[in-house]
Amino acid sequence: MTAPSTIRAREGGFAHDMAAIAGRALRQIPREPEFMIPALVVPVFFFVVNVGSLQKVAESRGVVHDFKAFQLPVAIIFAVTGISRASTLVTDIQGGYFDRLCITPVRRLALLLGLMIADLAMVIGLAIPVVLLGFAIGVRFASGPLGVLVFILLGAVWGLAFTGFPYAIALKTGNPAAVNSSFIIFFPFAFLTTSFAPKEALTGWLSTIATYNPVTYLLAGLRSLVLTGWDGTALLKSVAAILGVGVVSIGLALAALRGAGPARVTVVRQWRPWPSGSTAATTPPAPSAPRSSSGAAWTSTSRCRSAAPRTASSSNPVT
Amino acid sequence: MATAAVLTEAIARQYGDVRAVDGVDIAVPEGEIYGFLGPNGAGKSTLIRILCTLLTPTSGRAEVAGIDVAAHPGAVRLRIGVALQDAALDDRQTGRELLRLQARLYGLRRHEIDQRVDEVLRMVDIGDAFDRRIGTYSGGMKRRLDLAAALVHNPDILFLDEPTTGLDPASRALVWHEVRRLNQNLGMTIFLTTQYLEEADELADRVGIIAHGKLVAEGTPDELKRSIGTDVIVARVSRATEDVLARLRSIEGVDQVDVHDGEISVRVRDGAAAISPVAIALAACEVEVQSLTLRTPTLDDVFLELTGTHIEEEDQ
Repeated sequence: MTAPSTIRAREGGFAHDMAAIAGRALRQIPREPEFMIPALVVPVFFFVVNVGSLQKVAESRGVVHDFKAFQLPVAIIFAVTGISRASTLVTDIQGGYFDRLCITPVRRLALLLGLMIADLAMVIGLAIPVVLLGFAIGVRFASGPLGVLVFILLGAVWGLAFTGFPYAIALKTGNPAAVNSSFIIFFPFAFLTTSFAPKEALTGWLSTIATYNPVTYLLAGLRSLVLTGWDGTALLKSVAAILGVGVVSIGLALAALRGAGPARVTVVRQWRPWPSGSTAATTPPAPSAPRSSSGAAWTSTSRCRSAAPRTASSSNPVT
Repeated sequence: MATAAVLTEAIARQYGDVRAVDGVDIAVPEGEIYGFLGPNGAGKSTLIRILCTLLTPTSGRAEVAGIDVAAHPGAVRLRIGVALQDAALDDRQTGRELLRLQARLYGLRRHEIDQRVDEVLRMVDIGDAFDRRIGTYSGGMKRRLDLAAALVHNPDILFLDEPTTGLDPASRALVWHEVRRLNQNLGMTIFLTTQYLEEADELADRVGIIAHGKLVAEGTPDELKRSIGTDVIVARVSRATEDVLARLRSIEGVDQVDVHDGEISVRVRDGAAAISPVAIALAACEVEVQSLTLRTPTLDDVFLELTGTHIEEEDQ
């Protein structure tokens, strides 16, 4: 005969919930070297290739004085942008584990923010070796050791601000193919800007677009730390750019978390050619069929909320 | 009157034009194992998802542990444990990690987690696999871990959505044994959905039969079976024409004769007494009898009586 236990469930508190979710996500990171290795190789590759191919041209023509230092912030952007656990979230949704989490008293926001904390740790982990590589090839920071810390921190917070996009797509669609494709958002941010030449050297439409691209201001702030020392205006503009993107992307993710309507799940096996984006690139293919909420007639995936059609009179009780 | 552990009043859930659950009334008293029996697509999982706060009803209301599920989902979640269909687990965690995380999300403190994990492992046998990644588990082990995860916070009411679907007979028997033990030892109320007749028959104190979103019958397995007669003689024959059926109906003690897919079901008050006259009548009609069996009624007979089809046919 088993004696009844007196231990009872209770609400754990927001920070407690968030730490629990983040802990699970962080435990998984070292178990997925197939994700971390490409995510590190891509920025290193681009850094080395860009410096090798463009350094002489850029420096001999006086476009920039130190092209390696000029490129280090670009490498950081490549390392941290789009890195997220969004594909893990899709796997959880499709496998039903997200439902299990939703049945617990965990706060919905903690489910998302817990993953984002893990993302922050992950992008810091990716930024550090890139900076070390910069040191190894002779890049020095005009702003000193504190500048290095601010450099890594700005890059990491930018990475965090950007994660809202893949999370919004994951929560809205529950579709791994859609999450895989979210890396496309990375391209205009990363390339329609001052990645390869300073703004003065850009002409025509590219110069105009770069003016409106927040990454331009982020790069300017990061470059100031490396090349010129402490520049309050440049840093403030960087922070403003990060905040602007963060408000939009995380706002979208929160809206998706609250649930705006039913989402159908279509599982498509897709290879992603760009590994520096979300974890989706290396995530195993999802199950071949979506879960059914009750038989074949109503195939859908719920995500911590009702999979209700908009015609239903009541909305989500769980948000 | 004691509070019902699970109570629904005209609960309904609509998807477009389809009413997945169509005005179901259920009252499950504390300490009961209630089996919700029906084929795939009948509305079982939809109802269980409403009761577990994962779906909102389109109309009607539901209470779990005396708490309205739509008005206070958070309070309901603290009182229930749920094992959903297909063992909703994370293959990348170990069993221990999953169970401890689950306990943390229910607000348990570290020493409470240690205690509950030990207690749950005594109730549900995970074996040596507990520290292995869940991806390496067999289907039966996943189900048992799923059950353990549903129990780790010591819930009052346990919801099991098709707990043995896809399991081999040995694993199924093990899950049944554990469910029975939880109910008997802890007095836990258990609400389970199933499409297996023997599971409902074996486990449930009371059974609700659902078809096309409606509750079509409810009672103890014995009550339900008694409701359609005492015994059933089943004859598989080469032809089941109207004259054959009329002849069978004329036999004394025969309550009802149905034919379904070449199989004649003869419901009789006393099977032993009626089987000889039935065999003689069939022989007199010159039909070829491929098999003739006498059995007590099953829940499938009840389902057939109420819906006109066998439960397995509905699945198809």
